[in-house]
Amino acid sequence: MIFSMNIGFFGNFSSVLQVTLALVFAPLLFGVINKTKAFFGGRKGFPLLQTYFDLAKLVRKGAVYSKTTSWVFRAGPVVSLAVVLMALFFVPMGGSRSVVAFEGDFLFLAYCLGVMRFFIVIAALDTGSSFEGMGASREVQFSALAEPALLIALAALAKNAGSLSLAVTYSGINFSSWLGSGIVLGLISAAIFIVLLTENARIPVDDPNTHLELTMIHEVMVLDHSGPDFAAILYGSVLKLWVFGSLFVGILLPVKSASPVLNTLVFMTGMFGLAVLIGVIESVMARMRLTYVPRFLLGATAFAVIALILVLR
Amino acid sequence: MVLVLVAVFLFVVSGFIALLATRSDGKANFLGGAGAIAGSAVGVVSVLDIIVKRTAPSIRLQSLLPFDSFFVGVDLLSAFFLFIIFGFSLVAAIYGSEYLNAYRGEKKIGIAWFSYNLLTASMALVVISKNAFLFLISWEIMTIASFFLVILENEKPDNRNAGLIYLIASHLGTAFLFAFFLLLAKQNRSLDFDKFTVIKDASLLFIFSLIGFGTKAGLMPFHVWLPQAHPAAPSFVSAVMSGVMIKTGIYGILRTILFLGPPETWWGVLLIVLGVISGVGGVLFALAQHDIKRLLAYHSVENIGIIVMGIGLGLLGLKLGSSSLMILGFSGAVLHTLNHAIFKGLLFLCAGVVVSRAGTRDIDKLGGLIKTMPSVALCFLIGAIAISGLPPLNGFVSEFLIYLGMFKGGVFSPTPITIVPCVLAFASLALIGGLAAACFTKVFGIVFLGEPRTRTLVDANVPLSIKIPLFVLALLCLFVGLLSPIVLKWIAPLIDSLSGLTVSLTVLSATNVALTKISIAGIIFIGLVAFLAYLRFQLVRRRQVTKATTWDCGYHSPSPKMQYTASSFAWPLISMFGKILRGQSDVSGLSSYFPGASAYHSKTPDVFDRYFYHPLFSWTDKQMHHFRRFQHGRVQLYILYIVITLVVLLIWQTGLPL
Repeated sequence: MIFSMNIGFFGNFSSVLQVTLALVFAPLLFGVINKTKAFFGGRKGFPLLQTYFDLAKLVRKGAVYSKTTSWVFRAGPVVSLAVVLMALFFVPMGGSRSVVAFEGDFLFLAYCLGVMRFFIVIAALDTGSSFEGMGASREVQFSALAEPALLIALAALAKNAGSLSLAVTYSGINFSSWLGSGIVLGLISAAIFIVLLTENARIPVDDPNTHLELTMIHEVMVLDHSGPDFAAILYGSVLKLWVFGSLFVGILLPVKSASPVLNTLVFMTGMFGLAVLIGVIESVMARMRLTYVPRFLLGATAFAVIALILVLR
Repeated sequence: MVLVLVAVFLFVVSGFIALLATRSDGKANFLGGAGAIAGSAVGVVSVLDIIVKRTAPSIRLQSLLPFDSFFVGVDLLSAFFLFIIFGFSLVAAIYGSEYLNAYRGEKKIGIAWFSYNLLTASMALVVISKNAFLFLISWEIMTIASFFLVILENEKPDNRNAGLIYLIASHLGTAFLFAFFLLLAKQNRSLDFDKFTVIKDASLLFIFSLIGFGTKAGLMPFHVWLPQAHPAAPSFVSAVMSGVMIKTGIYGILRTILFLGPPETWWGVLLIVLGVISGVGGVLFALAQHDIKRLLAYHSVENIGIIVMGIGLGLLGLKLGSSSLMILGFSGAVLHTLNHAIFKGLLFLCAGVVVSRAGTRDIDKLGGLIKTMPSVALCFLIGAIAISGLPPLNGFVSEFLIYLGMFKGGVFSPTPITIVPCVLAFASLALIGGLAAACFTKVFGIVFLGEPRTRTLVDANVPLSIKIPLFVLALLCLFVGLLSPIVLKWIAPLIDSLSGLTVSLTVLSATNVALTKISIAGIIFIGLVAFLAYLRFQLVRRRQVTKATTWDCGYHSPSPKMQYTASSFAWPLISMFGKILRGQSDVSGLSSYFPGASAYHSKTPDVFDRYFYHPLFSWTDKQMHHFRRFQHGRVQLYILYIVITLVVLLIWQTGLPL
């Protein structure tokens, strides 16, 4: 808490570098996930860099707008990308501190992502489509349940480190803290992982590759976006995965060596390992029935609460 | 101080003049409105003068009133609430003079202005009264004046019923306040607030004040009048009632804390638990509503819950001597009181335009209003983001302070006693945040976006006198959000007086750093949005942009009726919490293989009303039947009752003449 006051608005160089790495490598996550799924499916799969190709193509395209839509529909992708770009500055990545840190910054991070959701949801409702309305309805339901799980998990983590700032909290975790309070950290990472899968529309909560609009959540909300707007949505969602991934990997692989290069390499390995893990889960599991998702999220909340009880004991 | 009384006087006089101008509604509207605007303007100036000069003036006129003195004064707590009352009344009066124009010829506009001006004057008197007798009189005038506003459209039975429930609930609450003040007065042999020094049975007093003031504030389970009365009143009055009037309940609770001195631990815990019930219950019932104004009313219950959680946190801090806990709790509660007045006022005023132009309060009958009234849609969107507690607007800042307090109390607690309530409270606040966002995406998305579901729009013209109040409040949402460190500095002296410390600024310094960074981040965020929007504009400009119909899985011509409805949008959450909400629905017409016209109705009445108050009052009603035999219409016997009463009183007073 006192720590965070000493950092200026823009922290040190290596933190800014981490943000740049995120901006560059985030689209690769989708590539790795899809390669993993292709491997399990015995397919060759599309190229690792496909997301980059998609983004480049979308940016160069024109756009189609529904006659029903208003400026809200056009604002949705812009605001959501702006939010997630800003969120990158609040997350500790690659063993270095986050660029901006203050007491309670994790609340600001969680609520920023709330702004992103708010705008994607109203942009979906702007089309007047039943399908997008359905997706929006599910999105707000599941995220309302994911929010307490995430905040309780981060509170337990904060107690463990003795600070209400993500930067201090994450710099306090190292491999020996796994020896000391491994159960707590395990429960916290389990809770964060479930929230990660939910918030990023992955199996078992949502299937990004499904072909039926009726069963989608995130994908159906952005059905009507096209061209540069859709590029913003796509880039926003890979960055969002990067944000949640950093929170998860930062606990699981807390390398705090003196060499920033080594730290960054381990962190990157962790991130792409996470992408492989998501790919494996998507290959071996089916999507849950929608009515089971709340229980899945309550499970995450339960993990987080147990972790909190253990640290408060 | 005199200027404050002048403002109150202006309200009362212009109210009476408007009442007497029965000949012409136009004249009554002008006189009443002008009086209200002038009164609020003088009021705002007078309060600002007091706040800037940091004085605490008071006037005491001995034996002007029965029972002690006419004693008014403006301390920091009064000044804060007085500022909200006059400031908001100014905005609402500008809106109201346009709004009431629509009633010309139908309603006596003079009565409306009379009640409105009396309501504002009495609210101001409530917060400056320093004498229990004056306080209770003002409190009662406030209730009666707002009652007449609730039943302004008294030709509708629903509104009369709502008014009745409001009147009864308020008076039940006031009964507890009478007990509260009489006990205090008996212990101190005076009705003046500054003489309330000896406090016995503090816990009993606290409970009385909590029920009395909690009823006015709309704290669950004393909230039943609120979702009835708010939809019935004209929209600018709903805005005043929800934004300002229910805050006099919060004022009362804070004032009680100042009277009662050192609190018990369970007071704070009780407030947090009631806050959690109000917060979660309020937002869940809001989600289930189809009536836009009733939905907003339930959100008032929710926000009062958040404020009360903050006060409870502050009380725990006060008891445990933890300065960070009490300062974060109290400052969060006080700031949220201000913020809620701004964004809830804004939302009710926007809803008022929608309801008056579309002629319906049913969300599912509306749609696509962003195209016909874009400025109202923009303002509603700003209010919706603010009330969902999302950055960079004001709602986030106050919730952030309360959150920080809860984390400190729950996680870095000095004693184990605070852990459970604080953890419960922050988990609930997280849930409330998500549910509020769900509810407001629903309202904004269904009412303003998509295509109109029915063609009921009467007139889309929104005059400037309605737009200006909306824009002022919307800009305030943004300013308080972005300038929170400055706002916090302004309210710091008030927090000091509540917590009996003089250190709030130093304790808050770490939080102030956080708020400063949040503000900077907010400004950068707005810049980033502007930059990306420009980038998008440049990208799309040179490309081919086509207009098409919404993608509906290849369906050729989707109709507005095929859009998603608010009921379906909220249904997954409603059914998930079905055990609490106990909604009722019925489907008709879906019977054979080839069903004909079918219909689906759903409603979610208040559970406290249905399972507690309604049974209680029908039981009471039944018991009261026994007293009917005394009231038979024979005057001779009535006189006999009087004689018997007199004799009994005489005997009681003088003793039996033996």
